[in-house]
Amino acid sequence: MAEAIQSPAQATFWFVQGRVLFWLINLLGSACFAYIVAKRLTPLMRGQRDMRFDRPLMRLGRLLKFWFGQWRHPRYLAAGIIHILLFSGFIVLVMHTFALLAMGTSGRHAAAAAAGGLYGAISDYAATVVFLCMIVAIVRRLLKPARYAVPAKYGKAHTADAIFLLALIAVLMAADSVFEASHAVAVRESLPVISLAWMLEGALAAAPLAVLSNLYLGAYLVHELSFFFLLCYRPFGIQFHVETSLFSVYFAKLDRGTVKPVRWGVPDGQLDQVQSFGVKTFEDFTWKHMLDFYSCADCGRCSDQCPANAVGRPLSPRFLTIKAREYAFEHYPVWGRAHNGHPSQPLIGGIYSEDEIWSCTTCGACEAECPLLIEYIDKIVDLRRGMVEDGQVPQSLQKPLKALESRGNPFGKMEKKKADWVKAKDFQQTCNVRILNGEHNTETLYFVDSITSYDDRIQAIGRATASILDRSGENFGILGAVEKDSGHDVRRFGEETLFMALREHNTEAIKASGVQRIVTSDPHAYNALKHDYKDVPPVEHISEVIARKVHAGDIQLKPLPDGKEGGRDVYTYHDPCYLGRHNGIYDAPREVLDAIPGLQRVEMPRSRDRSFCCGGGGLALFYEPKEDQRMGVKRVQMAAEAGANVIVTACPFCMVNMEDAIKVAGMEGKMTAIDLTELVEKQMR
Amino acid sequence: MEILVCTRRVPDTSENEIEMNGAGNDIERDDLVYSVNEADNYAVEEALEIVERTGGIVTVVTVGGEDDEEILRREMAMGAKNGVLLSDDAFSGADGKGIATILAAFVKKGHYDLILTGVQAEDGAAQVGGMLAAMLDYPFASLVNSIEVAPGKLKIAREIEGGNKEINEIDLPCVLSIQTGINEPRYVGMRGIRQVASVPIPTFGAVELGLNGNAGAAGAKVRRVDYFTAPEGKGAEMLEGSTEAIVDSLIELLKAKGGLN
Amino acid sequence: MPRIFAYIVHQNGVADDSAAELAAAARKVDAGQSPAAVVTGWGAECDAVCESLRASFGEVWKIANESLAYPNAELVRKALVSVLPAGCIVLAPHSHFGTDLSPGLSIKLNAAYVPDVVDIEGADGAALRLVRQEFGGQVSAHVRCDISSGAVVTIRPGAFKPLETAPAGGVVVDKSSTVGALTAGRRYLETIAPETGDVDITKYPVLVSIGRGIQEQENVAIAQDLADALGAAVSCSRPVVDAKWMEKSRQVGSSGQTVKPKVYLACGISGSFQHLAGIKGNPFIVAINKNPKAPIFRVADVGIAADILEFLPELTAKIRER
Repeated sequence: MAEAIQSPAQATFWFVQGRVLFWLINLLGSACFAYIVAKRLTPLMRGQRDMRFDRPLMRLGRLLKFWFGQWRHPRYLAAGIIHILLFSGFIVLVMHTFALLAMGTSGRHAAAAAAGGLYGAISDYAATVVFLCMIVAIVRRLLKPARYAVPAKYGKAHTADAIFLLALIAVLMAADSVFEASHAVAVRESLPVISLAWMLEGALAAAPLAVLSNLYLGAYLVHELSFFFLLCYRPFGIQFHVETSLFSVYFAKLDRGTVKPVRWGVPDGQLDQVQSFGVKTFEDFTWKHMLDFYSCADCGRCSDQCPANAVGRPLSPRFLTIKAREYAFEHYPVWGRAHNGHPSQPLIGGIYSEDEIWSCTTCGACEAECPLLIEYIDKIVDLRRGMVEDGQVPQSLQKPLKALESRGNPFGKMEKKKADWVKAKDFQQTCNVRILNGEHNTETLYFVDSITSYDDRIQAIGRATASILDRSGENFGILGAVEKDSGHDVRRFGEETLFMALREHNTEAIKASGVQRIVTSDPHAYNALKHDYKDVPPVEHISEVIARKVHAGDIQLKPLPDGKEGGRDVYTYHDPCYLGRHNGIYDAPREVLDAIPGLQRVEMPRSRDRSFCCGGGGLALFYEPKEDQRMGVKRVQMAAEAGANVIVTACPFCMVNMEDAIKVAGMEGKMTAIDLTELVEKQMR
Repeated sequence: MEILVCTRRVPDTSENEIEMNGAGNDIERDDLVYSVNEADNYAVEEALEIVERTGGIVTVVTVGGEDDEEILRREMAMGAKNGVLLSDDAFSGADGKGIATILAAFVKKGHYDLILTGVQAEDGAAQVGGMLAAMLDYPFASLVNSIEVAPGKLKIAREIEGGNKEINEIDLPCVLSIQTGINEPRYVGMRGIRQVASVPIPTFGAVELGLNGNAGAAGAKVRRVDYFTAPEGKGAEMLEGSTEAIVDSLIELLKAKGGLN
Repeated sequence: MPRIFAYIVHQNGVADDSAAELAAAARKVDAGQSPAAVVTGWGAECDAVCESLRASFGEVWKIANESLAYPNAELVRKALVSVLPAGCIVLAPHSHFGTDLSPGLSIKLNAAYVPDVVDIEGADGAALRLVRQEFGGQVSAHVRCDISSGAVVTIRPGAFKPLETAPAGGVVVDKSSTVGALTAGRRYLETIAPETGDVDITKYPVLVSIGRGIQEQENVAIAQDLADALGAAVSCSRPVVDAKWMEKSRQVGSSGQTVKPKVYLACGISGSFQHLAGIKGNPFIVAINKNPKAPIFRVADVGIAADILEFLPELTAKIRER
């Protein structure tokens, strides 16, 4: 076909031949990008090791689901759809874009650059969709959903910058479309209908050839320049996630429920040789954590779901990441020397405050929400480890930690009283709870843990659990005085050495008892025994045991009596963080509740993996945060709003927090809290 | 500044239940857990904060036996550079003055600019600091809740009645007894304690300190004969029954006594 | 039996309540002896105090010295050492001043020292039999003190009831000249009063007082609710101030405020003597505490063994219903 207009490679741009010019641009642009990426990788080279190269098949699977499949995005529907469209558009346009780049040096033309009509058409639609998404995204940035807001203490919102980038992508799409359209008009081709290029084609139908040529070449130049500008600009802001997301999702953490070791590659026995525990300066983070800082898209979903953030504590997960990213950009700039000559500064007291880091209950809502699978809990635990080592522990936590060290429980109660809860008068007559004595004749261990053993109110949960096990024919016993706190929250509050001591002690006691399996009513103990402890028998939560027995007919539940004045109680189930989100046990407790005839149950909007933390368990009960409101109060209000007047939970810490919240919120008489075991025990035939 | 902090290992008040033993003459000691006296811990923290501002080292000392080394190690894990144990069979049975005598003998072997003690321990005596100062002829102040360092002297505040603070100037070297709440002691983790587990702790006995046998029981003028629980006396009239009934009775009583209008 | 002296603490020309308590304690050491009072100070105030003590002490030893105008224990100690006879027995209150003065005084007098005594059982020759408390008042102890070279004994405020005796018709003995120029390594500068809070607890006839049993800052509201329902104020014990849940101005105790209410509700307060020392005027004390063995129940009029976090809201609700 005759060449109506010159190709970009052949044309001359201000005395420089296109081919040369575009070779230069491609080369310089790529070199610039490579340099920038290399500089961005510098801190990662100085970071700690992180073992992320194992189980490649599993990682690929998750890559497919979370990165390619955009699995988490629809959780915020509007933004999710926009992003899915955008992402799909980008994926489609990848090949097209490289083909375009190549064109500048190869002498080919627009239409010929495409691999064929179908791909060309899809590309055109993709460009159109991306363009439209950009418009919507810009409008959203101007309308500012609450999630995007930047509180004054964190600095300014980068709205102008965000809009600039979005606009630039729109320009890129527009340039591409102009490029296509002007060529199509010149060679009298038709473009896919309704696409942006098609619309431009219509607009340019009557344009003279010279104009078309100028538009054609101009659009190409604009495309080239915008492409490389964007490429080199992205690593300076939130859009770096376009490149890094692939890696951050591939390398994301595979093992749920557990906390990273103090140092990857250093076994527990050699920890004495580690100079310092935890993260005190930026370089103490692992390379993957640093990659997380780069990958954050500043979407704010994590903070939107964070219960600590919701009640006004100084913690906002989003800003933990953004502040660290800004630190990295400042201390490891692309232009200039690392640190600008200054030594590394401590993070606590610098970009982070102590309260900010202690405010976290490790509920995991942030990690469940992040579309890029950015990890938070490990970072917070590492920061706490650093503070613990330097003695920067709030006074309110020092007492329970000291008590855990000397008495094995945070209350400072005496070991010999650990099993006193079984001696309650009425209880002892109906249920005999054995204390295992090492004769290896018992199959199941009921691991009670500290709060259920010592707290006057929560002992009732222990008795209900024991009663259920007993009446359903389980051969079980408890460890009694030799059982120490599982150490679950000791670990998550950064006292790793104390945790290891507790774990070692309990592991020995469990092994000595000769049991084959463990049951617990405490999700924190469950999580610890399942993920933090090694070499112990398999563990189940009591809700799983009850569900199984209900299905098998070993437990039969009688109907509820009618409520007062003929009205029925309305129940709702609150998912404890360490049963639900961290361990995926959502259905068993619900199945148990639904097996109680006459039980009317409603679901709170924030349930399952969106459950709202009660306020935290273990050491979190002792910490005195600065907050506007208690998390528990918000939760019981959610239960009331869902139409319930009874909140059922399956965790002793949730129980403490719910009952406290009911009093503090003045809802006594209007809302009651009951544990799943207490309810089942009452209704068991 | 060279600061010496006198510390003592005591049964931990928050983690123990103090009860009489079966024989009725002593407290039940089988299940007790011990830790450093709370006020002494505040004193060590204060000493550490002072040397962080002005330079110097902190030494912790205690009079006792092998069991007492654990509190020295804990304070060393907190940041004290040296730990010293003053131990001798001859010291057993020492009364307050005996303890102060032993400490004074140790102080004289070194050069300390400042000596701190906790205001009181589990026996509520609040005596060793003042005695030590008098023996050394150093100025003394008790119930100190704030310290500012100046050349050759300190500006201190004492906690007196009504929440008032009595501001004094005191020459160095001096002895101060430190009140709880003066600061927020830093946390001492298990790892820190493990790291000092094998640091040597020098021990001094009667001979090294130049003491004759009178520091212990032989020279003690005050002796605790036994422990007992005092008969309750009248004590409070306990209200019994259901919470509702108790609340009602209480309201009646409050009305009668003018607490309710 | 050696001569017994009672060191009198005073302020603004008025002797402290402990003066009468020391007189009573002295009688328990030696029923047949009329103790001597010792007063240090300066000027008209000192004179006024000495005058007032003549009714309860056989002799009042006055040590007037300009440097003693403000009671600096370091200076007072030096004065006493030059005035008191060897081997005597000195009684002092176990207070901020008494504990500052007495341990050093016992060393300088080469006397034995027994602090914070709650009862004196008597003497067996050269040994005095006394009662102290330990572990925050949870146990008591019998103590024997060798008084052959004298003794300094501090008396717990409130432990000894003042005696009803006929006026002693004592004489004031001026010992000021025995004391020379006084200097010490510690110099008094000034006294700083705490910032007055929004609420002056000393003005309320009813106080809802909270202790460690309130457990956390957020629960203070529960006490405030009850106080509002009663038209009372919330006060507290020392641990609540140490934990920064309430301001210092709300603290009742020997290092806080002294209050004289009509009704005092001690909620979650163990009843340490330092706290009780701040309660005067014999109010009607209601104690609510989870631990039925808490020392507060020994001094309260009415006791309730309950968790304040559950009991107080119920009480508040019932009061509001009326």
